[in-house]
Amino acid sequence: MTSTDKSDAAADTLQGGPRRGRVRSGRRGVPLPLLVPALIGLAFLLLPLVALLVRAPWSTLPEQLTSTEVWQALRLSLVCATAATAVSLVIGVPLAWLLARTDFPGRGFVRALVTLPLVLPPVVGGVALLFALGRNGVVGQWLDSWFGITLPFTTAGVVVAESFVAMPFLVISVEGTLRAADPRYEEAAATLGASRFTAFRRVTLPLIAPGIAAGAVLAWARALGEFGATITFAGNFPGRTQTMPLAVYLALQNNPEAAIALSLVLLAVSIAVLAGLRDRWMTAS
Amino acid sequence: MTDTDAPSADLVTEDTGDEGLDARLVVEHGTFRLDVTLTAAPGDVVALLGPNGAGKTTALRALAGLVPLGAGHLRLDGTALDRMPPEARPVGVVFQDYLLFPHLTALDNVAFGPRCQGAGRAEARAQAAEWLERMGLAEHAGAKPRRLSGGQAQRVALARALATHPRLLLLDEPLAALDARTRLEVRAQLRRHLAEFEAVAVLVTHDPLDAMVLADRLVVVEHGSVVQEGTPSDIARHPRTDYIAQLVGLNLYRGQADGHTVRLDTGPSITTTEDLSGPVFVAFPPSAVTLYRDPPSGSSARNHWHGEVAGLETHGDQIRADLTGELPLAADLTTVAAAELELHPGAPVWAAVKAAQTHAYPA
Repeated sequence: MTSTDKSDAAADTLQGGPRRGRVRSGRRGVPLPLLVPALIGLAFLLLPLVALLVRAPWSTLPEQLTSTEVWQALRLSLVCATAATAVSLVIGVPLAWLLARTDFPGRGFVRALVTLPLVLPPVVGGVALLFALGRNGVVGQWLDSWFGITLPFTTAGVVVAESFVAMPFLVISVEGTLRAADPRYEEAAATLGASRFTAFRRVTLPLIAPGIAAGAVLAWARALGEFGATITFAGNFPGRTQTMPLAVYLALQNNPEAAIALSLVLLAVSIAVLAGLRDRWMTAS
Repeated sequence: MTDTDAPSADLVTEDTGDEGLDARLVVEHGTFRLDVTLTAAPGDVVALLGPNGAGKTTALRALAGLVPLGAGHLRLDGTALDRMPPEARPVGVVFQDYLLFPHLTALDNVAFGPRCQGAGRAEARAQAAEWLERMGLAEHAGAKPRRLSGGQAQRVALARALATHPRLLLLDEPLAALDARTRLEVRAQLRRHLAEFEAVAVLVTHDPLDAMVLADRLVVVEHGSVVQEGTPSDIARHPRTDYIAQLVGLNLYRGQADGHTVRLDTGPSITTTEDLSGPVFVAFPPSAVTLYRDPPSGSSARNHWHGEVAGLETHGDQIRADLTGELPLAADLTTVAAAELELHPGAPVWAAVKAAQTHAYPA
């Protein structure tokens, strides 16, 4: 071994091994036509968040965040997003099971319908909800005259709007997990005397719990950020239907500092969700 | 394995009456058709033996109710099971990869069945603990399946299936997932547990040794139908298909017998000691074959054929030569003999077999 080899080896060790050193060398490097757009893309995604942090009124932040309106909106957002997630779990998990484990005519079509709210503009969802559950809606008129239940422009309406938009995320996530889960565990349960429901409850549900948790977090995050369907179906009444995104939009008109403060709170929540999800996926795999 | 020809024992197991299993399983999917008749008395251990894709596992799934019967019938202890869902059948299954519930401990896996049958939590756990004790697994009761070795998982799976007190125990390739050393030990244990089991046990395997050690009776399935059934010794001595002959290591031919001569359907004839007439099988082991480079003149063997070496492989401490020619056959010879004969693929040889070493029986 010559002295040059030795110094090369030493340099490799410093850089964390020979392989990494080789990738960094010219020939294996990233071509410029890919590198430049990639960096622009990265900057494009990060810049707005940086701007938010740069323009944040750090000195007045504590008092902005402790104002009644902010607390009201934040509390309402958390309550409604959590309620919408609960609704999605109760009716979404069985729906996912139906789609993944049974075979009925038109299943593909039903599946497509379930995913429709994923791509549908939320405002359209809100309008559709109004004509379904509004006071004069297809179902809403009966809810009103028989039970005296009015959904639009109420906190319950917020939950309905958020569930409509967020549930497909949960259904898709849980259905995917169910498809990946070995159905033979359910067969094994059946040979041990378990009915299909018992097998679902005692075997399938625990096995797909990580998938359900991931789906629930996704749905919760989606519900928390819901804007279009909520403002269309539930309106914008502080303390009753004004959630964080609505409050941000309104604050931007007359109090930009408050808008930034509210946005920072939502950003923090989003980052927390992301961190939480990553942990779930790592423990699930 | 004892070498007894006792047809009367067969007749006893065949006569099921109301007790035991009486099934004709017909399942069709696509171009595959399974049509298998199975009968067994309580205490019997029946092995479904066959190559991969023969339909053994489908038959097992049909017995468990996991695959609907296309036709036929299924009666267990006089009760028709055909229309019963799997959870209502008194059937226990040990799956090939055990399918122990990964989120439950060994104890709760075994307690699952009794719980589903209506036992309380404490009662089910007590029963499960008893089963684990009996399997010698008491100290692993709290372990999750991923912490168990292959042999332990197999016993937990067996305990889980037995804990529901099934009248029919089904085992799908019970030893296939184990490595060779564990296999030996688990096979012996499983044999003991099956011997103690008082109802019908049906096991599926493609391993003739597992089948012969564990089962009282073999049912050989090929292409969805039963090609032969009988005691292990009967099947080992009188194979009726090439698949079985290969499993038990015999050269097998079919032909027309006329006295001591059997003329094979493919042309050549074989001289045997048996005096038969009509369609017969002739079998002889590869070790009965002697190879020569020149036509054997001084040999006392009555049968000799010209052939060519198609392939050579080591087989234990022997060399197994596959011959093509007048009579395709497998021959075993020592390494020294193979070297002296200068055997190589394509080498012309003569094969000789003494009549006394062949065995002919009616087809």
